[in-house]
Amino acid sequence: MSTAKLTLGPILFHWDADRKRDFYARIADEAPIDTVYLGEVVCSKRSPFFDRHYPEVIERLERAGKQVVLSTLAEVVLPRERRAITELCAQTDYPVEVNNAAGLSAASGRPHRIGPMMNVYNERSMAYLARPGAAHFTLPAELPRGAAEGLARTAADLGAATEVQVFGRASLAVSARCYHARAHRRTKDDCQFVCGEDPDGMPLRTLDGQDMLAINGIQTLSHSYVNLIAELDEMRAMGIDHYRLMPHSVDMVAVATIFADRAAGRIDAAQAAERIEALDIGAPFSNGFWHGIAGHRYWPARLHAAST
Amino acid sequence: MTGAPELICPAGTPATLRAAVDAGADAVYCGFQNATNARNFSGLNFTPDEMQAAVGYAHARGAKVLLALNTFPPAGRFDLWQQAADDGAAMGIDAFIVADIGVAAYLADHHPGCRLHLSVQAAASSPEAISYYCERFGVRRVVLPRILTVPEIRQLKSEIPCEIETFVFGNHGLMVEGRCSLTNYAVGRSTNMDGVCSPASEVHYQRAENGALTAQLGCHVIDRFEAGQQAGYPTICKGRYRAPVRDDPYYAFEEPVSLNLMDMLPSLIGAGVDAFKIEGRQRSRAYVGAVVGAFRAAIDAVMAGQTPPSADLIALTEGQKQTHGAFATKKWR
Repeated sequence: MSTAKLTLGPILFHWDADRKRDFYARIADEAPIDTVYLGEVVCSKRSPFFDRHYPEVIERLERAGKQVVLSTLAEVVLPRERRAITELCAQTDYPVEVNNAAGLSAASGRPHRIGPMMNVYNERSMAYLARPGAAHFTLPAELPRGAAEGLARTAADLGAATEVQVFGRASLAVSARCYHARAHRRTKDDCQFVCGEDPDGMPLRTLDGQDMLAINGIQTLSHSYVNLIAELDEMRAMGIDHYRLMPHSVDMVAVATIFADRAAGRIDAAQAAERIEALDIGAPFSNGFWHGIAGHRYWPARLHAAST
Repeated sequence: MTGAPELICPAGTPATLRAAVDAGADAVYCGFQNATNARNFSGLNFTPDEMQAAVGYAHARGAKVLLALNTFPPAGRFDLWQQAADDGAAMGIDAFIVADIGVAAYLADHHPGCRLHLSVQAAASSPEAISYYCERFGVRRVVLPRILTVPEIRQLKSEIPCEIETFVFGNHGLMVEGRCSLTNYAVGRSTNMDGVCSPASEVHYQRAENGALTAQLGCHVIDRFEAGQQAGYPTICKGRYRAPVRDDPYYAFEEPVSLNLMDMLPSLIGAGVDAFKIEGRQRSRAYVGAVVGAFRAAIDAVMAGQTPPSADLIALTEGQKQTHGAFATKKWR
């Protein structure tokens, strides 16, 4: 069985440049994370705020022994978005994670990664993408364990790696429309970057006050945080060897440490559950997608202390 | 642009298919009774025998039948999609509407003569993405996501090696299709894998003493209607929610509204659109007949250089509201 590796997914939210730099500096210095995905995945309007800081952040992370992977946009429509994804997929300095089919041709012929928005649901899609060089697949957030097991087996046959998001809000939808701007009675072109006001997304509650979703610009996320720490052993046995933590404003070094301790067997499942619930993230955990039930649910329910 | 654009019409049942063909559809799209298509609702869709008969009926009247094979087979279940592809090919289906790379690769490998259309569920919205599918799988037409303006469509057309099909009427999907797990998050049925969005089995209406009606999907309240107000179907992206920056509940994504581009047909034709698609395989035979008839007359008039007859389709729209959506202005975004 290969070594379990913890990865840190791209920051989905519009954090300001200082916050991102401080965040990655601390990840570099303190977090037991092997691979860090960098890049603006959600909204191309945000890119200019951080583009010039990448060289410094990459250097810092690499000096700390982290592997850096560059993630592309998930939605590509405008000329500047087309240029961005084509350039990113054509560069050869860093491995790239492709999140939109617009990058596939430019990335082919060299090893590259396929991100969770690329809809690899089955063995044939995986095998097809592997031929021109896809060697690492992060599975769609909604994929249930049975299908994940089949894909992990296919990946092993292809010599590719499999990754699953194990912590953080799940991406549920993207749109051309910016719902952050809409909430503030603005349009996307005149958004004034109001998404920056919500470091973990803007909460959407149902009419009877139930927390349900979180808005992040054009993206809709789950209110609950995916937490698959209790499923790490099962994933490991399936051959899934990369576990993705999504950045949030909660202490991500603490999150990474708990997952690393659990993956290495330094703490048992009960201790891990206890420590992760003590983080007090302000939202319930969920693992329903993995178990093939409603995504917002946590199974088994008895571990779901924070839920209503 | 070589000829008149095709009118592509929905059919959830054999009777609706006949109505669409009789009302002037150039092509009808439909699916089998399982998860291989994105309208996998009970009581809807075609048995293999019905599909074969539908192909016969349509072909005898000069219309085509397109098979919606536009969901994403999860690992371990590919056989179902493979069977649908094989059955469709044997029946003489005119084109397969596909979204999944594995399904496209299977059809290109095993049925190389078949015509492939790229489903809106593939979310291909750039020349690079569309060209990828054309070059790899021989895709001949792309169904565009409902997120592009007319000038963007015109530009796109000049950069891709295939035909363009755009939606012109019906449900106004807000999320990038094929990338939406909202239903699965709420109730545990996947739009991508199971072909269901807001399944009726999970919809509940509750009447309060004051007559107000609450519409729920699973355990989530999606909207509430006062007594006497017409109640809408609870779809997550058409629901009302509360947000910290809003004093009152609001439609966080979009109001219940239907897309209607009838008055934009000339500009869409000018932009190079090759086919117009009407949404609504879940709709009744009467609805489909009326909408198809109206668009048939409008396209024929535009192609004859005449002003399209004014057709009042407002009664057939969701919540009696219609929109140009993203097509008319970037402000929609």
